[in-house]
Amino acid sequence: MSDIAAEGPIPGDAQPHQGLRGAPSYLTAEHGLAAWFLTTDHKRIALLYAAALTVFFFIGGAGAVAIRMELFTPQADLLSADGYNRMFTLHGTVMVWFFLVPSIPNTFGNFLLPLMIGARDLAFPRLNLFSWYLFIGAGALLVYALVAGGVDTGWTFYTPFSTAYSQSYVMAAALAVVLVGFSSIATGVNFIATVHMLRAPGMTWFRLPLLVWALYGTSLVIVLATPVLTLVLLLIVAERAFGLPIFDPAYGGDPLLFQHLFWFYSHPAVYIMILPSFGVVSELVTCFSRRQVFGYTFMVYAILWIAVVGFLVWGHHMFVSGQSLYANIVFSFLSFIIAVPSAIKVFNWTFTLYRGQITFDAPMLYALGFIGLFTLGGLTGLFLASVPIDVHVTDTYFVVAHFHFIMVGGAVSAFYGGLHFWWPKITGRMYPDVWARFAAVLMFFGFCFTFFPQFIMGFLGMPRRYQVYPPEFQIWHVLSSSGAVLLACAYLLPMGYLAWSLIWGDRAEEDPWKATGLEWRTSSPPPRDNFRTMPAVDTGPYFYHPDKEGPRHDEPEAHQNQGRET
Amino acid sequence: MSGGQEALREPWDSLRRQREAASFGTWLFLGSEALLFGGLMMAFAVNRVLHGDAFAAAGHETNVVYGTVNTLVLLTSSLTMAVGAEAARAELRKLALVGLSLTLVFALAFLIIKGFEWRDDFRQHLFPGPNFKLQESAARIFFAFYWVMTGLHGLHVTGGIAVIGWITWQAWTGQRALRSPAFEAVALYWHLVDIVWVFLYPLLYLGGRA
Repeated sequence: MSDIAAEGPIPGDAQPHQGLRGAPSYLTAEHGLAAWFLTTDHKRIALLYAAALTVFFFIGGAGAVAIRMELFTPQADLLSADGYNRMFTLHGTVMVWFFLVPSIPNTFGNFLLPLMIGARDLAFPRLNLFSWYLFIGAGALLVYALVAGGVDTGWTFYTPFSTAYSQSYVMAAALAVVLVGFSSIATGVNFIATVHMLRAPGMTWFRLPLLVWALYGTSLVIVLATPVLTLVLLLIVAERAFGLPIFDPAYGGDPLLFQHLFWFYSHPAVYIMILPSFGVVSELVTCFSRRQVFGYTFMVYAILWIAVVGFLVWGHHMFVSGQSLYANIVFSFLSFIIAVPSAIKVFNWTFTLYRGQITFDAPMLYALGFIGLFTLGGLTGLFLASVPIDVHVTDTYFVVAHFHFIMVGGAVSAFYGGLHFWWPKITGRMYPDVWARFAAVLMFFGFCFTFFPQFIMGFLGMPRRYQVYPPEFQIWHVLSSSGAVLLACAYLLPMGYLAWSLIWGDRAEEDPWKATGLEWRTSSPPPRDNFRTMPAVDTGPYFYHPDKEGPRHDEPEAHQNQGRET
Repeated sequence: MSGGQEALREPWDSLRRQREAASFGTWLFLGSEALLFGGLMMAFAVNRVLHGDAFAAAGHETNVVYGTVNTLVLLTSSLTMAVGAEAARAELRKLALVGLSLTLVFALAFLIIKGFEWRDDFRQHLFPGPNFKLQESAARIFFAFYWVMTGLHGLHVTGGIAVIGWITWQAWTGQRALRSPAFEAVALYWHLVDIVWVFLYPLLYLGGRA
């Protein structure tokens, strides 16, 4: 142990380099509106994205509030059937494409990817800014569609309803999603090129932090899956605008072809939404248990495995569509196959905790909550991958609960965990830890309270997308709506104390969590060019204790930082 | 190495690395484009299997003369684009400008010929609608694909004209160094537009004439 500590470049921590050494941070380097809206600094663009995403999180959240209020009683109280359709479409469309898909990649990914690999910026800084403007343009178009009267097709835009029957603003919404897809693709191309071309000296592929690997895998899926969504939505636009009957059964067109193409994107999109969370949780779990990640290489292979096999399972959304039994069995089998790498990750996080020096800081609470909720969401995914059970629970609240456990319990928890973990680095301020722990616990319980009842009522037969229901389901809906109040508080609370910390919070140190990643080897907040001098890397990530040596239990482990300044 | 430094941009340390990144990023984008057109061709193939006879009858109605001439025009434009991009890299200013300008001319010619073809198609009631020319109902699906495929490809040609025109103008006025990686990146994109057409041509023009 002492040998390694002596050999290590900066054993222990980075205290000697506290402070800014005179250079202004990226926040204070330039002033004025133009310095923000025309910036090519990946860190500022990350904040631009964060601001836009917050707005859309509120819009999508408002849709959820309307849904949960309506469902409090079995009768239609607040909304007409048509209004209810528009509300859940708003909620789904906004949350999927304007919050979840860009959430972690475009905020933390944008901010951290160059820092974690020791680069000055992303490979194409102007493309990065352009993608933000595409996002804003798409968002404006979507808001127009919603304000003008909304969309009633559900976020899935199924034909022939979306092409022949819907009287709502399908075209504007579809074009908005096409545009936001271009924004995603631009980000994906940028991330892949950055990881390939801009790694610091010594940062080999198998020394990359797992968040970088996760963003890399996500970007691959984004680049290869999104164009198919673009295409299929353009076909809907062609049919609505110009009467080109591609999916029209009256002329022999095949509406199911739409579903195949849509899910060819939208199942990989599930992994676009959850893979970055895997990366975030790997960073948090290792740091707050002071352990090397268990099975680093298999964590990497699991990410790539998910990215590839994610393209081969779309048919499990169509078990009741009348596709052949043979296809059902193949897609069912492949859906079980893709559960394996997810399980590998859960087991590896658990083994990482084993014999670790665990502390329950707020980011860790979010990460532990993630592991539990993601496990439940993943296991119920196996229920749904089994054809007989899926036939029973198709289009019920069982499905709704399942994907909310992954998307909300998983992805949003990880987003908040990451937000607390990197907040000191991004803003240079510490938040009040007690409040943060309280919010993390509240989010876990609020979430379970909201969505666990939906498993039960779904299994009992409560269908999704109806605003009236038989009275026997009311108890579960009341539980769910009440939980949603807690969940809303848990989402709003951090916004309050994090904003408070911007003014009254303590100044953050360079490395408040004693973490090993390169992003902590620079000031908080970092300077415009990220590092005072370009870093060099000598080791893999997560050396929170000496390699090939068991953890100690009497005193805190001496850790070895991944890189050093040259 | 003249002109090297003015082409260098953040965050790159060397022009060679920057050029590699520009090509690599463009290739990634082309992968994305391949899935866009690949999905469209997949949908076309499914319908062709479902409605073989109607697709053959409808394919016979497309204008093979316009289609063939346009294929030659577009293939030639890829040649001139390659010459322009390689000449720019070698800093042969005159040859580069000639190659790029010829590419613009061919690209515009493609769109103009395509415009004549679309006009003829309209006049012959080949746009799915009330007076559609053909009896088989699935022939409308073939022509739905025809209009979407040629339209989407036409949009890509238009986009290509915009970027080629822009970098040619910049090279002409000296605002862009000839060693800028943009020439190669745009050339890659233009070759993709060409290759997509190489697939569309047999699908739309030759399928009904076998």
